[in-house]
Amino acid sequence: MPRDHLIRFLAGAALAAFTGSAGADPAPDSEKLTHLVIQECGSCHGLTLKGGLGTPLTAEHLEGLDRETITHIILTGIPGTPMPPWAPLMTEADADWIADMLKQGALE
Amino acid sequence: MTRLMRTLTLALGLAALPLATPILAAGAEDGLRGTGSLGVVIERATGSVLIVDTEARATLARVEGLGDLSHASVVFSADQRYAYVFGRDGALSKVDMLTAAITGRVVQGGNAIGGAISDDGTLVAVSNYEPGGIRVFDARTLEQVADIPAVGADGLESKTIGLVDLPGRRFMYGLYDSGEIWIADFSGAGDPVLTKFPDIGLLPYDGNVTPDGRHYIAGLFGEDGLAHVDTWQEPMAVNRILDGYGRGEEPLPVYKMPHLEGWAALGEVMLLPAVGRHELIALDLRDFTETSRVETHGQPIFAVVRPGGRYVWVNFAHPLNDTIDVVDTLTLEVVHSFQPGPAVLHMEFTPRGHEVWVSVRDANSVHVYDAETFELKAEIESHAPSGIFFSARAGRIGQ
Repeated sequence: MPRDHLIRFLAGAALAAFTGSAGADPAPDSEKLTHLVIQECGSCHGLTLKGGLGTPLTAEHLEGLDRETITHIILTGIPGTPMPPWAPLMTEADADWIADMLKQGALE
Repeated sequence: MTRLMRTLTLALGLAALPLATPILAAGAEDGLRGTGSLGVVIERATGSVLIVDTEARATLARVEGLGDLSHASVVFSADQRYAYVFGRDGALSKVDMLTAAITGRVVQGGNAIGGAISDDGTLVAVSNYEPGGIRVFDARTLEQVADIPAVGADGLESKTIGLVDLPGRRFMYGLYDSGEIWIADFSGAGDPVLTKFPDIGLLPYDGNVTPDGRHYIAGLFGEDGLAHVDTWQEPMAVNRILDGYGRGEEPLPVYKMPHLEGWAALGEVMLLPAVGRHELIALDLRDFTETSRVETHGQPIFAVVRPGGRYVWVNFAHPLNDTIDVVDTLTLEVVHSFQPGPAVLHMEFTPRGHEVWVSVRDANSVHVYDAETFELKAEIESHAPSGIFFSARAGRIGQ
């Protein structure tokens, strides 16, 4: 979807401009991101990621989604639902890291 | 030492919190004490709660083993001795605040969101996400009284939200997936009588009733507007209010769902968190039209009125959640803004509003502020505190 790509590009560009490091995102901070997933994602998806207002984020539940799709959902959100776009608050590398962890069930 | 006192001291000793003062210290020398200054702080990551005393500004005990408290809430028995804790994992626990013991516990569903207690104090209702619907229990024994699935007109099982008590042994709640509002009336001898309002709008995410028990309002995530029911009218009907309150503007991302708890019904005005905007909406309660907006620091989560009604305290969604704005309801201006610390999740006023307790999750601390001067009166250590609930809620409608 070109529009989504555009949004991601703009968000990335804005972030790069903000951090002054175009094209070189800092490595994901695993401690910070783990806290974010448990506490902030957990507000809707449950601290144990077993679901709430939002769907479960357990590895089992995410089996049908590949890593790229999960990353995309994290960054752009799901329009028409409460799932917000996280691109303003994290890098694509961060979202990739979260998607990996969720797929592995490492945060459950 | 009386037998009662020994029993209480023993129970508290087992509560596994090193405390300089026993729970009865704030009480009289006869070993008796009241519960009007007691409350509960949810420690959401560890499945525990603190029993706190607002007069002593201190923790009396920690109660553990309450399960997943990701999104926990609490109501109180009519005598203000027992706290009913609703856990995310579907558990309903009854905690005796005097002995700091769990005296009853039922895992009633897979995934719960909150609950309410009937006006006569005899029924506790739990709102569920999975499998949806509500379940109602005897407040004394926690035996199940009713199981009411929430299958909307669309035939789908629905998560339920915004469950509150109404006068006359009734409960009112919303159906998130089906977009409906229901009332379950337990005033008769037989099965509860259900009243259903379909087509109220898309994705009602929370609801609440005004402190007089009259106006039920559900926030809609799926559209710009709210659903309103005046429960004093016969027959009752759902009206759309604030329709299109943000139309034409690109909503901002919402990183935490606003809550319609503790909202400000201030005589003729109510202040509500807008969704997707850094604003409160001022609503005229006489005709349910918008009178103005209050610009705030971030996406409001809770807009809690200080008892008395003069000020509303507001906290915010991630990532702007280190701040509290205080709004003067006469001028509708932010008169004070300050940063208690990282992740301010909840605020609870003492019954007459002289102080306010604030959970600062990522500082592992509950702050107690003078509500008039904003002076920090105490910091109470707590593991990732979230909701704070004081026993005075037992005397309020819609808690």
